[in-house]
Amino acid sequence: MSVDMRTFLAHVELANPVTTASGCAGSGRELAQFFDLHRLGALVTRSITMAPRAGRPTPRMAETPSGMLNAVGLQGPGIDAFLERELPWLAQRGIRTVVSIGGGTVAEYSALARRLTDAPGVTAIEVNLACPNIEDRGRVFARDGGAAAEVIASVRSVMRYDVPVVAKLSPDVADVVAVARACVDAGADALSMINNPLGMSIDVDALRPTLAAGTGGLSGPAILPLAVRCVWQVHAALPGVPIVGVGGVMSGHDALQLILAGACVVGVGTALFHDPYACLRIERELEELLQARGFHRLADAVGLAHRPTSRHLLVDSEESSL
Amino acid sequence: MAGTPVQVTGTVLTTRRVDAYHALTVVAPGVAERFRPGHFVSVAVGGPRTSMVTRRALSIHDVKPDYGGTVELVFTATGPGTSWLAERRARDTLDLVGPLGRPFPLPRDPASCVLVGAEYGAAALFPLADALLERGCRIDFALGAASADRVFGAMRARRMAETTTLTTEDGSLGLRGSVTDVLPAVIADTHADAIYACGPMETLRAVTAVAIEFDIPVQVAVEEAMACGIGVCMTCVLPVIGDDGVTRMVRACAEGPVFRGERVRFEDVGTIPFDALGAPGGGVRNVG
Ligand SMILES: Cc1cc2nc3c(=O)[nH]c(=O)nc-3n(C[C@H](O)[C@H](O)[C@H](O)COP(=O)(O)OP(=O)(O)OC[C@H]3O[C@@H](n4cnc5c(N)ncnc54)[C@H](O)[C@@H]3O)c2cc1C
Ligand SMILES: Cc1cc2nc3c(=O)[nH]c(=O)nc-3n(C[C@H](O)[C@H](O)[C@H](O)COP(=O)(O)O)c2cc1C
Ligand code: FES
Repeated sequence: MSVDMRTFLAHVELANPVTTASGCAGSGRELAQFFDLHRLGALVTRSITMAPRAGRPTPRMAETPSGMLNAVGLQGPGIDAFLERELPWLAQRGIRTVVSIGGGTVAEYSALARRLTDAPGVTAIEVNLACPNIEDRGRVFARDGGAAAEVIASVRSVMRYDVPVVAKLSPDVADVVAVARACVDAGADALSMINNPLGMSIDVDALRPTLAAGTGGLSGPAILPLAVRCVWQVHAALPGVPIVGVGGVMSGHDALQLILAGACVVGVGTALFHDPYACLRIERELEELLQARGFHRLADAVGLAHRPTSRHLLVDSEESSL
Repeated sequence: MAGTPVQVTGTVLTTRRVDAYHALTVVAPGVAERFRPGHFVSVAVGGPRTSMVTRRALSIHDVKPDYGGTVELVFTATGPGTSWLAERRARDTLDLVGPLGRPFPLPRDPASCVLVGAEYGAAALFPLADALLERGCRIDFALGAASADRVFGAMRARRMAETTTLTTEDGSLGLRGSVTDVLPAVIADTHADAIYACGPMETLRAVTAVAIEFDIPVQVAVEEAMACGIGVCMTCVLPVIGDDGVTRMVRACAEGPVFRGERVRFEDVGTIPFDALGAPGGGVRNVG
């Protein structure tokens, strides 16, 4: 018996739970050289900005133990070119597409959402809240529940009701549940966790930071436990909210951890750099693991690790895990 | 199906040392038959449970039809990934994605071509030399490195080319200095119509300057740090001037690695030039 892998991202049904992570799948064309993109649960675009952006200087990449740092700086062609060239290519092929947006002001996010409202082929909007707020000393929106909520409310208010708005959260906060709750209260239909935590690497030959930008976003297996923790905490606090689990997923085993913690969709990023077929492989492995554990439906596994046990370890309080 | 990359699990056929370099021949059918000179492959390193998440980009030095298609890679063991590769033995398997990148454009009519290679960059020039010879071109090599053991392919170059000029920084082989020091003389002697160059960015910059001085076209294969090699991560960019005169931060792996030398803004590599499309302060609003 095969496992029913269908899942829901808010009210939108996906044929399977494995999507690409924002910024890790190019424009879609690059991965389409390797496999049919219809086999993805959905393709998540890089974060689209209003104007074209050249991004950060190089070096933008440093490999770290079980991970990598990146400081790409949202390089992209801007919304006009995206709507002209990239989205139609995906839409014409009927590829489920989650459009990620990024901005420096609340107005910019809502302007982007407005441009996308009538664009055909938008399955959902993912709001990348890990952008610096230029009206607030460059403090990242995701750091502050109030700022994040403002962005989500403005996007939700202009977006068509049938297109889910997903808030993408950063783990670099004292209380991820508080930011998640603020976003949901502001109208987020789902949450995506986690964006890259900030890290740094130093080149000991050059005696300088390895990345031109100094700091960069950490991704890859090194951050899986961070993602599992965030998904776990938020699912415990907001059990009805759909969660896209992202961070360090390299295998079906990793994906299953996020699902048991409460994710109903799993995003794959850095693994694609190692293996262009990663999404397909992870989906297959996940299905096999579910089958081996007697599941008939993926949905039955979502958040299952939260069920009560006699083990005190699972008591969700910060002190008890130390 | 030239151009479309594939992923293959290849088997290492032979390993050997070539002076300072390691050479691996790998059975890689889909890759070998799609190969054009200038293409590269990306290799997964460290084994299935490795902590090294990014692939290593390596130029293809040679392809042969044996065993359904083999590719030969030449590399230096510099860091953990290439050191792991250097430990591979015959019958080990290797995960390759390729062929990747934009290959060298070839002249339509027979032309006189100078092939400039510095360090292991020379390895990528030999399949190009074969292709040029097939088209009736005259080829001349200028190969250089820091020392004699790092000059790659001198013997093979001598067999193929009209002339081969060798240089080393320490004077242990050929002329003392760099390949770019001898390039003007080589161009003049051979009446070169075109230059192809592979090597460190500094060499490519200098070669391009010479080519501009002589007003002859130059194709360079650049090397930027790459995480994916397939065009999805945007880490490998450099400033390149497009046909429309606009500078863009383009991907070395997908739009390159081969570019027309005079289009690459070598002086600005590692920066975002103020006039690049989407540069902060370049007339386009910077959102953060
Ligand atoms: C198109 C292309 C072709 C290349 N061909 C060859 C070749 O034929 N022979 C050869 O010896 N080397 C070649 N290189 C350089 C080679 O990729 C690096 O030396 C190698 O990746 C270093 O890996 P490492 O694990 O030893 O070092 P580490 O420093 O541990 O590598 C860490 C990360 O940085 C990347 N990286 C580090 N140095 C470089 C570099 N110089 N260029 C690109 N990425 C880098 C690695 O791929 C890896 O992702 C090529 C590079 C490119 C971009
Ligand atoms: C090179 C690179 C670019 C990224 N670009 C974006 C982006 O544009 N928008 C975004 O929301 N997240 C971006 N991310 C974060 C990923 O979507 C993902 O949240 C993170 O990398 C963790 O997942 P992973 O470990 O599977 O890569 C990027 C990550 C990487 C490595
Ligand atoms: S290496 Fe990823 S885009 Fe070039």
